[in-house]
Amino acid sequence: MINKMRNFERYGGRLFVYGCLAFLATLYLVPLWVMLITSFKPLDEIYSGSLIGLPKQFTFEAWSKAWSTACIGTNCVGLSPFFLNSLIITVPSVFVSTSIGAINGYTLAKWKFRGSDLFFAFMLFGCFLPLQAVLLPIARVLGMLHLSGSTAGLILVHTVYGIAFTTMFFRNYFVSFPDELTKAALVDGAGFFRIFFSIALPTAIPIAVVCCIWQFTSIWNDFLFGVSFSAGGSSPITVALNNVVNVTLGRKQYNVDMAAALIAALPTLIVYVLSGRYFVRGLTAGAVKG
Amino acid sequence: MAFRLAFCLNLNWPGNSRNDMVRRTDIKRYFADQLPKIVLAPSGLIILVITYGFIAWTASISLSSSRVMPIYDFVGLEQFIRLWSTPRWYIAVKNLFIFSALYLSIATFFGLFIAILLDQRIRAEGFLRTVFLYPMALSFIVSGVAWKWVLNPGLGIQNVVRSWGWTSFTFDWLVNPNYALYTVVIAAVWQSSGFAMAIFLAGLRGIDNSIIKAAQMEGASQVRIYVSVVVPMLRPAFLSVVVLLGQIAIKTFDLTFALTNGGPGGATEMPSMFMFSATFERNQMAVGAASAMMMLAAVVAIIVPYLYTELRKPANDQ
Repeated sequence: MINKMRNFERYGGRLFVYGCLAFLATLYLVPLWVMLITSFKPLDEIYSGSLIGLPKQFTFEAWSKAWSTACIGTNCVGLSPFFLNSLIITVPSVFVSTSIGAINGYTLAKWKFRGSDLFFAFMLFGCFLPLQAVLLPIARVLGMLHLSGSTAGLILVHTVYGIAFTTMFFRNYFVSFPDELTKAALVDGAGFFRIFFSIALPTAIPIAVVCCIWQFTSIWNDFLFGVSFSAGGSSPITVALNNVVNVTLGRKQYNVDMAAALIAALPTLIVYVLSGRYFVRGLTAGAVKG
Repeated sequence: MAFRLAFCLNLNWPGNSRNDMVRRTDIKRYFADQLPKIVLAPSGLIILVITYGFIAWTASISLSSSRVMPIYDFVGLEQFIRLWSTPRWYIAVKNLFIFSALYLSIATFFGLFIAILLDQRIRAEGFLRTVFLYPMALSFIVSGVAWKWVLNPGLGIQNVVRSWGWTSFTFDWLVNPNYALYTVVIAAVWQSSGFAMAIFLAGLRGIDNSIIKAAQMEGASQVRIYVSVVVPMLRPAFLSVVVLLGQIAIKTFDLTFALTNGGPGGATEMPSMFMFSATFERNQMAVGAASAMMMLAAVVAIIVPYLYTELRKPANDQ
């Protein structure tokens, strides 16, 4: 009898756990599902009112429209040039800021000097800085450098404001890198850079991946810098997407909006699905002290 | 521990190893000793300028009478007084408080609940984790666009439920000034409760299993164990979640920009949007700078104590 009750309790509990998880998972997936099916529907079907049903008539029209003919303001070239802009902005910023972070993190963790921890603390605040507090000066400086409204300006801004994060990732990783190894290398006559390139860096590949993914996601998804410092043709995809969606002329093309949103989301989604573990490590790194 | 080892490293180098190595000239040795500082100097300089220098710059603009272009005069706290007597700013601050309170509590609750469910040694945990976290990989603009579509009264959820036969069903929060702010909460919770889940899950995995086992031996029910044993042990995770989500909340910009654009009628105006429009659209640069300084103060109040305790931890562990 008692055994039976226990069993009931156990299976009931399992049922509750799986039930809740299935329900919540569905809830979390609904927006993505709605976006996907909407993007494959013809506009008439959308206006006949089916939000969650599968498309009766399956079409790629909205996708091709979003990619190559949707209007951003008066400029009807689709999202493709802006997708390219985002790539041009993101790739160099990610690599340069990650490289700087690697050497900074190594130095701060393994070559401490008086005040190096304070230095790190001051740097770390940069990770949480509300960018509104530096927006105006950035705009002025970009103007002085003749980089206003250019992708080069955005590359510069993303790179320098990424250094705080990338340094934090590498510093927290290298802190747990065994000192015995660096000491032994010192005894063998290796110097600062030799130890970095031949001993420390090769072990840091996972954190480099974490760092690259983090930087890629946050730069690709950036909107504030994009909307403040880019103009017309140099906008990143987030800004272009917002403009596509806010076109007020005529009947709202929800299918094109959704296709456009998915195009903007695909690169980060793909990176996330392929490397979820690293993505999560990057997310929680800010919460875990070094 | 790490601190102490590194300290030793500093003391030993180059003293101990000198005998083993080719003697260097004094200049070379001085250079080698200073190398870490030389390597860090450019980044240090950049951070000093772009973080602290630029904050000071914004602060100086907030004390000036700048409108379209920066003017470097001094009008004291006039702009701050002006800011706090602007009804629109009051609405933005009030909205931020309501939004933050709801967003923090709901996202924390869902994050914790999902983390506990996932911690029950279930199947397909990896897949489910992916599902709960994927919104975090999206841009706030993308989620704003998606929710705008799902929540629109004409063709969205309201229409679906009506087509199921409940014809009087009304869900027009997106366009209703009294409720629009809650749609921002919905989208924000959807986007970032997975983040809370990830932190709680890491916390749960760090809890010593023997404590739970002991409680089970005592005959405590699973629910009881979680409520009175496990959750109190997650205090550090709670702190991290609240602080990290809190500073995200203060900076909320893209999401409201895409979802409601501050409307309807200012119902979802946020300080970040106020700052943006004052500076770039309404030619009130100094007021915009003042509002940016207020946002900075709020983030500093949350983050600095947090960083202080986080950075002190290793020293305490010794």
